[in-house]
Order: sequence, then C-alpha cells, then structure tokens
Amino acid sequence: MSEMTSSAAPPLPAPAEKLKFYSRWVATAIVLLLLPKIFGSGGSLTTFSLIGISIIFALSYNILLGQTGMLSFGHAVYYGLGGFLVIHAINIIGANKLPIPLPIVPLIGGLTGLFFAALLGWVSTKRSGTAFAMISLGVAELIASSALILRSFFGGEAGISANRTKLLRVFDWNFGPQIQIYYLVAAWTLIAVIAMYALTRTPLGRMCNAVRDNPERVQFVGYDPHVVRYLAFCFAGFFAGIAGGLAAINFEIANSAYLGAAQSGTVLFATYIGGVGFFIGPIVGAIFVTFLSLGLSDLTPVWQLYFGLIFIAVVVFAPGGITGLWMMHRPLLKAGTLPSVLPSYLIALVPTLAMIAGLILSIETIVHFTVSPGDDSHIKAFGVSFDAASPSIWAMAAILLIGGFLVARRTWTWVGHAWDHATSTAREKGIAA
Amino acid sequence: MSAAIELRGVEKSFGNVAIIRNVNLSVAQGERHALIGPNGAGKSTTFNLISGYMAPSSGSVLLRGQVISGLPPYQINRRGLSRSFQVTNVFANMSVWENLRCAVLWATGHRYAFWKNIDNLPEVRDRTAQILTDINLTARRDVPAGLLTYAEQRALEIGITVAGGADVILLDEPTAGMSHHETERAVALIRRLTEGRTLMIVEHDMSVVFGLADRISVLVYGQIIASGTPQEIRGNPKVKEAYLGEEAA
Repeated sequence: MSEMTSSAAPPLPAPAEKLKFYSRWVATAIVLLLLPKIFGSGGSLTTFSLIGISIIFALSYNILLGQTGMLSFGHAVYYGLGGFLVIHAINIIGANKLPIPLPIVPLIGGLTGLFFAALLGWVSTKRSGTAFAMISLGVAELIASSALILRSFFGGEAGISANRTKLLRVFDWNFGPQIQIYYLVAAWTLIAVIAMYALTRTPLGRMCNAVRDNPERVQFVGYDPHVVRYLAFCFAGFFAGIAGGLAAINFEIANSAYLGAAQSGTVLFATYIGGVGFFIGPIVGAIFVTFLSLGLSDLTPVWQLYFGLIFIAVVVFAPGGITGLWMMHRPLLKAGTLPSVLPSYLIALVPTLAMIAGLILSIETIVHFTVSPGDDSHIKAFGVSFDAASPSIWAMAAILLIGGFLVARRTWTWVGHAWDHATSTAREKGIAA
Repeated sequence: MSAAIELRGVEKSFGNVAIIRNVNLSVAQGERHALIGPNGAGKSTTFNLISGYMAPSSGSVLLRGQVISGLPPYQINRRGLSRSFQVTNVFANMSVWENLRCAVLWATGHRYAFWKNIDNLPEVRDRTAQILTDINLTARRDVPAGLLTYAEQRALEIGITVAGGADVILLDEPTAGMSHHETERAVALIRRLTEGRTLMIVEHDMSVVFGLADRISVLVYGQIIASGTPQEIRGNPKVKEAYLGEEAA
C-alpha cells in the first residue's frame, strides 16, 4: 500500500476509541444488571421486560425499513410465529423432560422466524416499494386469519398457554419470578442488539444500505438486489422471532394478537417515532412507545387515538424521529449555539401546550358524547376532572385550541429564525449542521 | 483472440418502434471505442443492451466470445463488464468512501458476507483508497454523494464504474454538462483509469471523441452507418451528411 492511498482511507479506530466502544457495551450490560436494584417493583420489571422485547422487535424491523428500505406491514407474522413455536416448544420440552433450559428457548423462536421469513420472503422481496408493502400486508392477513382457523396449532381466540417453570433448571432458576425473566430478556436484548449492530458493519449490511439508496445501481456493481433484500428479510425474521419468543415466555401465552395487524403497526410506529435513519432510533422508539402505551392507557380510554396523532406529528414535523431531532441539535451543542435557541423553545412551548390542552379537552369531550353519552358527564382524563357537559368547558377548549394555535404559529416562526441563526453560526465555526 | 464486445444482429423495439436495427459491432480487447450519433439515435439503448439493463429483441451480445445477452446486469458485471450512467446514478445518502467501497466488495470476493467486519478487510480498504485517490476526491471522502458538486458526482460515477476492476468499461456521456476545464480533467482521468482496459464511450463532445478513441462507430436511427478510425470517420461522406455536417455548420 502506497503512502498516498493509505492516507486516503479513513483512519482506523485508535486503541483508545476501540476501548471506548467496547466499554460502552460493558456499561450497558452493567446498567441492565443493576437496573432491578433501583427499580425493583414487579411493575417496573415487567415494563423493562416489555421494553427489551420491543427493542429487539423494533431493531429487527429497522433492518427492513431503515437499513434496506423495505416498508413492511406484516412484520408481526415472524414475531407471532416465533411466539407460538416457543409456547409449543416449552410444552413439549416440559412434557418430555427434555434437557433444554429456558434461556435457550428464545432461539427456537428465532429459528422459526428465520424459517418462515426464508419461506415467505423470496417472492415478496423480488420488489421493494409498494409491491413489497402490499405483499407483506397480504401475507400478514393470510397468517393472521389462519391463526383463527387452525385451532389445534394456534388455539383460536384464546391462544395457547404454557408453564415456563417446568423446564431444566440452570443455576437453580425456575424463571417463575419476574426478576428472572427480566434478566433473561435483558441478556437476550443485549445479545440481539450487539448482533444487529454488528450486522450493519458487514459487507451485507452495507449493501443493504446501497439497495435502499439505489437498487438499480447495485446491479451494476455485481450484486443482485433481490438476494440482498431476501437476506435482510431473513435476518429481520430471525430477530423478530426471538422477540416473539421472549414475549411468549414473558406472558406464558401466545394468541392471534401476536401476529395481527395491530402488532405490525405498533412496531412500525415505534421504529419510525424513534427514527429509522439511525441504529439507535428504534431503541429510543421502543422505549418511548412502551412507556407511552403503558402510561397513556392509564390516563385516557382513547389512548390509541393520541398514539396516532403523535405518529402523524412525527411523520409531518420530524421525519427523522426523536433520534433525528437529537442529531439535528448535536452540531449546535458542539458549536455552543444551543443556548441561543432554547429561549425561543420555551416561549413556543407555552402556546403549543395550550393548544394541545385544548385539543385534548375537545377530543375527550367529543369521545364522551359519542361513546357514552348517557353516562355522568363529569369525566377524568390525564388526571384532570372536568364536566364534559359544561359550555364553559367547551368555550375553554375552543379558546385554548384556536388561540393557542394562533399564538403558537407566530412563536414557531421565531423558533425557525433562532434555529437558522444558530445553525449558520455553527457553520461559521466549521461545524457541519 | 475474440473481441471484447461483439454485437451480432442486435435489434431492440419497444412495441412497434424499432430503436436499434440490426447492429453489428466489434470492439477489440484494449481498444477505446467511441459511439457517436445524433440525439435519439439509440446510443444509450445500445449500452443498456450490452450491460444487461435491457435484453435485445433479437440478436446477441458477446463478451469475450461468450453470449451475455439475456443475463441480468449483475451477472454481466461479475464477468468483467462495468458501465456508468448518463444521469448520475450513485448512492446518494452514503459517503463517497462507502459508494466506492460498495463497488469494490463483490470483486474482492466478499459477496453477501455477514460474518466479516467491513472495516477489517485490508484489500477492500486499499482498493477503495486507491480509487478515491485516482478520482481526486480524497478531500470529499466523508461527504454524502448527494451533496457533491456535479463534476464531483461525475467523477464518483466513473470511480464506481472502474472500482470493481472490470476490464471492459462502458462510459455513457461522462463529460456531459461539464465546463471545458472540467472536461479536460475528466478525459485525463478516463484515460488513466482505463489504461490497459477496453473502453466503450458515448460522447457528444467531438474533441473528446477524436482525442480519446482508437475507433469510432456512428449510430444514426438505430443503425451503424460507419465504423473506423477517427481519420476514416472524419473523411466519411455519409457521416458528414448525417452528423458531423450539421455540427460543423
């Protein structure tokens, strides 16, 4: 290698950087290990387990959407089938006293996901774009309806349950208590996240990005985009199957909801809200959406409606997702110009929140009169009690919504100006924004 | 020795419209062959037929004596034929470095590997760095391809085309839309990068064509009306009438 070309390549990571990279994973492992010591209640352990499962699921979805540019409406198929096979496996292992401990059972879910992705994916990955999306939707409907028809395997509406505690014990753990399930999920989450991160840094992973950007050109550098998409699809199915298997272990049941359209939609939401353009995006999205769905469902009966509104808001105003918003601010943080935008954010926050409050008040009032008009009109949403029948409440909702919007619209332009100023200052300092 | 590229009675029609009509053409190994002709003559279509972007309606295309017509583009590419595009066709969201690296991966035998760390492949690194240096984009290494200037994107386009080490290179109007100065640089780059390889080039700039090509073929209305050395083409009355005459006027 000549002197000239060696300087042309990006520098290889220095030992210090490598150490930093590995220590980040070790730190994550330690945090996962210690988390139950801080939040040890059964509720929080369940929440953490659910987050871990949805992190794996969302990351597996992003292999398709973010990495390879395939919009799937049926990713839950591989999650659900993984879950069902795991439930059946637990029952078979338990009944026959096979020497297979629970911690490796999620792998059965993964292999199931892989098998069905390999089986169903060849045709659907021939094309990306609309054709792929439509086929994924068709396959999802097919499998979801089979789940209700093939009762002996899927258990119909009730689903199939299993007892996870009857398997071969390791370290004398029977995986009855939630804390043991938490550690099982945490370990699998860490392994799966590392594996999926590593995948992005392989020749296949990079060619996935190339196929996403320009499938036509890929063909002229020797690659068959169909094979690239197919392999990506198989990997996505594998990790989705692991997530589904963990979910089945966590709940000790698998039912048709696992592979339904709602599950496929939720993973799309989580991934997109987190941000498809960054590896960490789906992780952020999975955490956010899990907390949101648990939190919102306590606060309001129509939480899914708010979920949809948030999704629309992200698609329209922040297509890069939460992670994208954060990444936008990073150059400002580096250049030290972030403080100059913060005041405009705070000013904009007040009328925007007023507008949102007005919107919520309107929604809850309308929901009251459309869903249960005969009930007592004194309702409670987001912890606030109000009388949905009172005209003063209606007036307040209207004032907050319209007034908030009119004022907020002006403040948003201020935010825009402050933003432009801050980014141009950052650019002058030589930090790309 | 068989020709690098040979077209035998190649025809292409879309519906009832014949775009390419009975084209016979032979490009020897190591030759620089220019394909010229007025707009709409079918030059890009000819490239599409050779590179597998489209299959001919009849006739056959041979690469070093083997029939390649009907094969998908990636298989033709793996046999050592690489093409560029008239409209820049790069991986817009990926950096210059990653663009070139993608073009190197198959040729270095890494294929669909998902068990290798891409940053740990010395020959990929070296070859990518070599091409990056060759196309003079070292300073723009980490810039997304979509943010490059037009001339830089054209250079990257050529870089991607040659990066895989194919010994037959097809360049479709590599200097289109470039200033005089940029064109000169691009020609020098093409000359350097295609050293010892077979080159087919579609080009409108006659100074580029006559400066670069060993042989020239003139395509008019889907038919080759003349084929020969630059001198022969310059003196050919049919060519003058059909093409060069109007340029000179």
